[in-house]
Amino acid sequence: MIAEAGLAALWLAAALALLQAFAGFLNWREMESALTSLIKPVAVAQGFLCLFSFAALMWLFYVTDLSVLLVASNSHVDKPMIFKLAGTWGNHEGSMLLWVMILTLSGAGIAMFEKRLDGPTLSATLFAQALLSLGFFAFLLFSSNPFERLNPAPAEGAGLNPLLQDVGLAFHPPTLYVGYVGLSVAFSFAVGALLTGKVGSAFARAIRPWVLLAWIFLTVGIAAGSYWAYYELGWGGWWFWDPVENASLMPWLAATALLHSVAVLAVRDALRAWTVMLALVAFAMSMAGTFLVRSGILTSVHAFAVDPERGAFILALLLIYVGGALVLFGLRIGSVREGKQFALLSREGAIVANNIFLSVILAIVLVGTLWPLVAEAMGDRISVGPPYFNRATVPIGLLLMSALAAGPLLRWRSDDIAKLRRLIVAAGTVAIVLALLVMQWPDAGIFPILAMALAAGLAVAAFLPLVGRKLWRTPLTTLGMVIAHFGLAVSVAGMAAESGWTTERLAAMRDGDETKLAGWTVMLKSVRPVAGDNWVAVEGEMVAKHGDAEFKLSPQARRFFQPEMQTSEAAMVTRWNGQLYAVIAPVDEKNFDRWQVRLWWKPFVTLIWYGGLIIALGGVLVLLGRMRLGRRKRADENRWSTV
Amino acid sequence: MKPKHQRLILAFVAVLALVGAGLLAASALREEASYFYTPMTLANANVAPGTAIRLGGMVQRGSIKRDADGVTVRFIVQDRDAARSVVYKGITPDLFVEGSGVVADGRLARDGVFVADSLLAKHDENYVPRELEAIDMNAAEHTKDSLAK
Repeated sequence: MIAEAGLAALWLAAALALLQAFAGFLNWREMESALTSLIKPVAVAQGFLCLFSFAALMWLFYVTDLSVLLVASNSHVDKPMIFKLAGTWGNHEGSMLLWVMILTLSGAGIAMFEKRLDGPTLSATLFAQALLSLGFFAFLLFSSNPFERLNPAPAEGAGLNPLLQDVGLAFHPPTLYVGYVGLSVAFSFAVGALLTGKVGSAFARAIRPWVLLAWIFLTVGIAAGSYWAYYELGWGGWWFWDPVENASLMPWLAATALLHSVAVLAVRDALRAWTVMLALVAFAMSMAGTFLVRSGILTSVHAFAVDPERGAFILALLLIYVGGALVLFGLRIGSVREGKQFALLSREGAIVANNIFLSVILAIVLVGTLWPLVAEAMGDRISVGPPYFNRATVPIGLLLMSALAAGPLLRWRSDDIAKLRRLIVAAGTVAIVLALLVMQWPDAGIFPILAMALAAGLAVAAFLPLVGRKLWRTPLTTLGMVIAHFGLAVSVAGMAAESGWTTERLAAMRDGDETKLAGWTVMLKSVRPVAGDNWVAVEGEMVAKHGDAEFKLSPQARRFFQPEMQTSEAAMVTRWNGQLYAVIAPVDEKNFDRWQVRLWWKPFVTLIWYGGLIIALGGVLVLLGRMRLGRRKRADENRWSTV
Repeated sequence: MKPKHQRLILAFVAVLALVGAGLLAASALREEASYFYTPMTLANANVAPGTAIRLGGMVQRGSIKRDADGVTVRFIVQDRDAARSVVYKGITPDLFVEGSGVVADGRLARDGVFVADSLLAKHDENYVPRELEAIDMNAAEHTKDSLAK
């Protein structure tokens, strides 16, 4: 019954989306009709219907209703409750329903809260938004119905991939989806602005919070996903340049570029065509990402719930929307007036440099990700891995960081090179001193050393925009920018330290054996069997000593039953200057007196994710600052209108 | 500077950057992309030792041997027509079992043994690395070698 209600709500919402498309179209053309005043309530009702539908699916997972195909094939009666609930979106259909729910709720948000745009542009935006949701409704209802019944119902259910049975799953995909969908809102705004030809400051100010919100969620999602893969896969790596990872990185790169160019458009009314283009590209990248993840067209270590047929559907949607938007861009951009001018040495110029570097990195990642497909079409089977991506992106990334140190210090419109001298001297000194210090360690390549030095320079330079300001009078937006840039420096420092100075030890150990690694002495005391709700495991009891400090480590090799599968649960000791990471496995299936133990000492590795969180925190501060500014401005306007 | 000139300069810089990115990507691809081989195609290809490649196929039944050090594992990857010895140091992936598919990243040693840096097995029963889709595991079971034995 609940399943049918959820499905009915979805159909009703789809019908409302169609109505919204009509109403939006009529309003945009400024044609009077009975639909005119309906558009906002329709958008809001649509959002709530999808919310209801998603809640219905969640309920079905909560009670483990095995007469529903999706529940039966992804859940199990014995599964812990948190994973039953998280299982709602741990599969294709559920995750698409989540996507559609966020999409329509954003539509409702635009309808209720957007006050900056003029009527026709807002209507055109809602028109574009409705067309987007219609495509995804069609996808859900015709090829990914989450509420399909199964007759007869099985007794237990098939279970969820054990790798996905982790709290990380509860938060990682929804976070990324909010990011992707936020970019779809930016896309709708861009299409709306193109339709009415009003690409200017008002457009930039309207899309800015959405881009910022999407970007914050993408940042958190990527950082969390990286940490999750790091401890869950048990390979000691935090980024594999895997297609699925690239699929989340590419929208982030585009969103980061967009975030900066939108600032130029909002403040200075320049970079009009470029900003609109970036908004289209950012959404194209989110859809391409979804396509890569869902279609399984590329080999990935994180590919779950793949299905080539549905991949084709997403690809078709991608081509229709992005192709259509690009055609519209080509037709309409001529009618968008040119923006304001600026000197090349100015804040705008620095942001253009930022955009170019980010676009170049995006292009390199895109080429590397898709190249295996192109090569296959030409008859070669190749794989493109970390050697390619590291070699091609790291130098550009370092250039980007250098530009970033200077950019925020430049004034809008035009500036004098002399002003930069102090900065160059300060940051340069720090970078050189640190490079000299860091070179004391042998064995690191040139790039880790360079990156470490640049990170230190940037960590200082990031705070320079605050020099001469009273801290408590600094706008939150400036403070947020400073913190986000500092976060990048922190994160890069972690990456450089991890890639340059990690030490690794692989040993076969018996009970009581000791091994040494980077100042640590690790002893395997004993190995014993343990069991959980739906798995059994062998657990190593290890003691790691460093100086006087002593830590316990308990890595496990788990075997799950539903479905049958083995996983490694890594054990970690986190200290202020790095992490000790341990994995255990039987030497083979017959002998249980010796164990393979793999240990890593990863200096400052945690900075990678702390940096990511600091970046996101910066974004949150900017968002809060924007909201406060917006409210104050509106209050001012009200005061004037009452005078 | 006239507005038009500025637009031209920006467009020029953007094009230059994109061309640079293309060149960088192309050169990195030429040197860093690794080709995929099955034991058969590897036997027929002339691959220099030390070049990064990928090898995919089925782990021959009864072929997994572990060295006395407890960390080195040796096994044979086969397809229908050929087989290749592989050596790997480390913890094998969760679903690395005899008679199942595997994709190994690594390079050939001078003696023709494939030295793997990493192993990718299918990681749940619903997911098969794409490279292995084309290999019929049942057919691969009965190679010329195994029939001869």
